[in-house]
This record gives sequence, structure tokens and C-alpha cells, in this order.
Amino acid sequence: MKAVNEFKMTLMSCSSNESFARVAVAAFIAQLDPTVEEISDIKTAVSEAVTNCIVHAYSERIDKIYISVAIFSDRTVRIKIRDTGCGIPDISKAMEPLFTTAGGERAGLGFAVMQSFTDKVQVRSHIGKGTTVTLTKRLSFRAGANG
Amino acid sequence: MPVTIDLTGEVLTARLSGELDHHAACSVRQQIDEQIGEHRPTMVILDFRDLTFMDSSGIGLVMGRYKAASAVGAELHVCNTSPQIYKVMRLSGLDRLAVIDKGGCKYEGGK
Repeated sequence: MKAVNEFKMTLMSCSSNESFARVAVAAFIAQLDPTVEEISDIKTAVSEAVTNCIVHAYSERIDKIYISVAIFSDRTVRIKIRDTGCGIPDISKAMEPLFTTAGGERAGLGFAVMQSFTDKVQVRSHIGKGTTVTLTKRLSFRAGANG
Repeated sequence: MPVTIDLTGEVLTARLSGELDHHAACSVRQQIDEQIGEHRPTMVILDFRDLTFMDSSGIGLVMGRYKAASAVGAELHVCNTSPQIYKVMRLSGLDRLAVIDKGGCKYEGGK
């Protein structure tokens, strides 16, 4: 299916950009007139994915995070968050709730939140090359909603 | 992120405002822990009434404050959670560790 609208941005992996990333994605999706819950779900899932880039992928350096958002005619939204960081050795393990390699006060719930707040989470990763997380969410049809 | 900490009797209330993510969690954690260590309250309340967003970094923050409160023998309460924040907290099973109140707190110390 061809996207009816697309948006791309690149930002540095500074933790101060976490808020900007989720708000920018939410602002782009706002044209579909999503419900408050849908927009909150998307912001939360994006925040988790971007935080993973900062905490895990680029734990030793600041580098670029690539975010693209595509809107489809059936009100599906696809968000890709890509880094060129360390990669994930075992994706299944990384997606287990409460599993974390970060220590400190990381809850190990990033992927669990992404899975719970979107319809589909795909993760592709290569050690030393980076990770792409694709979040897909289909917004509800509402009377008077655009898109 | 702004945190207002109030001590009334043995109840320490930390009122968080704005957005709680990985970036914000660090300074909040330090401020609350300093006050818990100094005052050794019997109850710690995290008041989320002015919190507009929280991701799983907030779960880590609540879990950490549960440990800090337990270390001084205090109970942890979380109150005024919005539907979005409650949804994140439920996912983590935090409702089994701390008393989570979607409405106001019974033991409010803060103003």
C-alpha cells in the first residue's frame, strides 16, 4: 500500500530530544484526528523506542536517530525508528518484559509498552550496524475524522 | 522537571509536574531520595496530578522510590494518575507494590 503522507526527521541521540521526538510524531499524526488515547499510545511507544536508541544503541556516544512516519489511506500509521548503534544480540530476549541490560532504574519494559500500545512491533537488528523498530497502529474510524 | 516536595508530620509528598521520561527521571530521583534520607518519613506519596506524560522510565522511578521508602520503613502511595499513566503502571504490575489511587490521595500532605 502506498503512503498518502510521509514525514522524516533525523535527530541526535541527546536525552533532551526524547520529548521533541514523541511530540513531533504526534503532531504529524494529528491530521488524522486521532482520539486522545490513540495519540497518548503513540507518544508513549515512540518515547520508548527513542529512549532505547539513547540508552542502549548509543550508550557510549551521541549519534543520529532516524525517524520516519507514513500514513496510509486505511488510517494505518507506520513509524520507523532507526539507529546505527551496537545492535541487539538476542531480540527475543530483549523483548521479554523486565529484561534489561542497562541496570540502574531501567524497568525493562520498553518493548512491552510498545507492544501493548501499538498493533504491531517489528524489530530488525544487526550487531555493530544498528536496529530498526517499526511500530504500526491502525487508528479508529470516527465520524468527521480526516484521512 | 519541576518537583514540589512537602513534609507534613511523617508524610512526605512529592508532586511532579510536566513529562516524566528517561531525561527527566534522573533529577527527580535525586531530589526525592535526598528528602527521604533526611526526613525518614513513614509514608511517601508521589502525586501525579500535574504529570502530563509518563513512559516506562516512570515505572523505574516508582520502583526505585518503593525501594528507597521501604529502606526507611515507609509505605509508598501513588495518586492522581491520569488514564495514560495508569495504563503504563498497570502494565508493569506496580499496583502490586505500591498503593495506586487514580483519584486523590487519602493521606495528602502536599498542597
